[in-house]
Amino acid sequence: MNILLTMIPIAFVYASPIIIAALGGMFSERSGIVNIALEGIMMVGAFAAAAVTVILEPITPAAGYIGILAGVAAGMIFSLLHAFASVNLKADQVISGTALNILAGGLTVYLCQIFFKQQRTMAFTTGLVKLSVPGLADVPIIGPLFFKDVSPPFYAALVFVILAWFVVYKTPFGLRLRSCGEHPQAAASMGIKVARMRYAGVVISGALAGLAGGAMVLTQDIQYTVASVHGTGFIALGCLIFGKWNPFGVLGAGLFFGFAQASSIYAKDIPFLKAVPLEVFYMLPYVLTAIALVVFSGKSVGPKAAGEIYDTGKR
Amino acid sequence: MTKKSASLIIPLVSILLGFALGAIVLVATGRNPVSMFLALFQGVTGFTTKTGAFNPRYVGEFIIQSMPIILTGLSVGFAFRVGLFNIGAEGQVLAGSMAAIAVGLWVKAPPGLHVVLVLLAAMAAGGLWGAIPGWLKARFNVHEVVMTIMMNYVAFNLNNLLIVEVFKSADRVKTANFPASALLRDPALAALTNGSRFNWGFVPVILAVVAFWFVIEKTTFGYSLRAVGFNKDAAKYAGMKVNRNIVMSMIIAGAFAGLAGAVLTVGTFNYGRALPAMEGYGMDGIAVALVGGNAAIGIFLSGLLFGMLKAAQPLMQSQGIPKDIASIIQAAIVLFVAMKHGIDFLLRHLARKKATQSVEEAGT
Repeated sequence: MNILLTMIPIAFVYASPIIIAALGGMFSERSGIVNIALEGIMMVGAFAAAAVTVILEPITPAAGYIGILAGVAAGMIFSLLHAFASVNLKADQVISGTALNILAGGLTVYLCQIFFKQQRTMAFTTGLVKLSVPGLADVPIIGPLFFKDVSPPFYAALVFVILAWFVVYKTPFGLRLRSCGEHPQAAASMGIKVARMRYAGVVISGALAGLAGGAMVLTQDIQYTVASVHGTGFIALGCLIFGKWNPFGVLGAGLFFGFAQASSIYAKDIPFLKAVPLEVFYMLPYVLTAIALVVFSGKSVGPKAAGEIYDTGKR
Repeated sequence: MTKKSASLIIPLVSILLGFALGAIVLVATGRNPVSMFLALFQGVTGFTTKTGAFNPRYVGEFIIQSMPIILTGLSVGFAFRVGLFNIGAEGQVLAGSMAAIAVGLWVKAPPGLHVVLVLLAAMAAGGLWGAIPGWLKARFNVHEVVMTIMMNYVAFNLNNLLIVEVFKSADRVKTANFPASALLRDPALAALTNGSRFNWGFVPVILAVVAFWFVIEKTTFGYSLRAVGFNKDAAKYAGMKVNRNIVMSMIIAGAFAGLAGAVLTVGTFNYGRALPAMEGYGMDGIAVALVGGNAAIGIFLSGLLFGMLKAAQPLMQSQGIPKDIASIIQAAIVLFVAMKHGIDFLLRHLARKKATQSVEEAGT
């Protein structure tokens, strides 16, 4: 029981970037643009966040938060490349996403070498300070779980889940976004600017994935390296599929994947998990996503037009 | 622009733009792009321009960097021809590598036969790793892109697991060395290139390039594969076995990548390795296949191009050029090739518009 109590906050730390990035992926795919560049955008966001935090830490205690904002901005700018290639130039979205993933690894480490004269950023000292809610933190059981020393991205993830649900399902913007992902020709016939909506979808995904990358590096690492994101963007992609392109589904899947990662740390203390090699836990999210893909296949759960090049003349 | 010349011009323009962008990035960050080009020259030819000294070790390293990515390029390219996007070459390389380690360490066979068994086992394992997403695509219409990405990470973790738990690595990083009979390495070839890691791996690579060309261009099977790539429904209507072709193409694509795993494991190295991070051979393969136009000879040449970029990285670093400029150039080239598809599309669209306009004008 004690292990579970200490494990839950750790699981939240791992789950938050996954959830935030997956929500980003949702906005992009709902608009009809497949975004396998989540991983690359997270790397760019993580680099920007870590670099800005390192530079500002001697000056201001809010360095981590400014760093996160830098991550958001960098993610948005980087994702514009994907939007331009796939919307304006009708590039294959998977190829464009792949190019961005390769570019992110090269660009971030290149910039590290330029700014820090090494393959990684300098180490920051605190990153994001953990929050405690006064009063609530002292409540037994619930306090230590949800209100004491919580990593701020977890609260952000919860807020974004609700916000994303509201925006996608309850606003005209969300309706237009979804219509572009389901049947862009029909959307266009109703006067919706498909290209503009898709730009919005991709740039929102860039902002969220950049935020996720920043949150990840500042809560789970001491500096940015090329391995800081280590496939979390792809786990987020899996989380999106596992969560059936729905914000609450994403929350559930993200928490589950977060627990899978946290169990790898605590496995040595849990009797029946002791014998299981760590790699099995690392593998788990990918195996489960693969299974989910097979189970969901044939049912139309994802946006119908996602990944298709928008051809105005198609009926 | 005819289709043939377009397939040549687009990659060439993309390569030029990619290198130009790389040079701009270098200038913008206060580095001298000339040093990069000199490093590339030295990496390929072995000649140091300053002193004129010749060191064949550079040539050997250039070739061994090219070998695995030509194979992953063939893997991605083969699947592309059937209309599938194989992002899974990375995992198929690892599957091949695991099989190569198993056969290399555990099987006793005479020299000559042993290494062939290693290569065949690696191809079979890679083929199997490719068959899974292929079969799921054919049977349940599971998207191969996401499936293969997930399988890459499964293979990555499985490899690290096996190295420690099954192959009993003493230091948890590498296995015991393979017996000489399992190796593509040959002291004579190393001596020829001044102690580089150059090895017999180039033989299976060239055979693979020829096999790719022969199967795709010269056989009925290859024709029906391409037909599925052009138009699934039409191929089905013409009586071709679409599902069988999808599975077969992924098996063959996986076998190419699996072979790359063997070439790395018993050629470039002589022990199995646990990996701290993905090595990106599959991603390189995507770039190689795209630039090579998914054709055998094109993949071979673009494999050499990207092999050159990889081989020159240590030289760049020693001359004060951050080696990651190579990945930036590679990504830019891929992005330009991808965008060029769009530009080509746009041009055709404009041409069509012009044609309809002139028809309208003729009508009035």
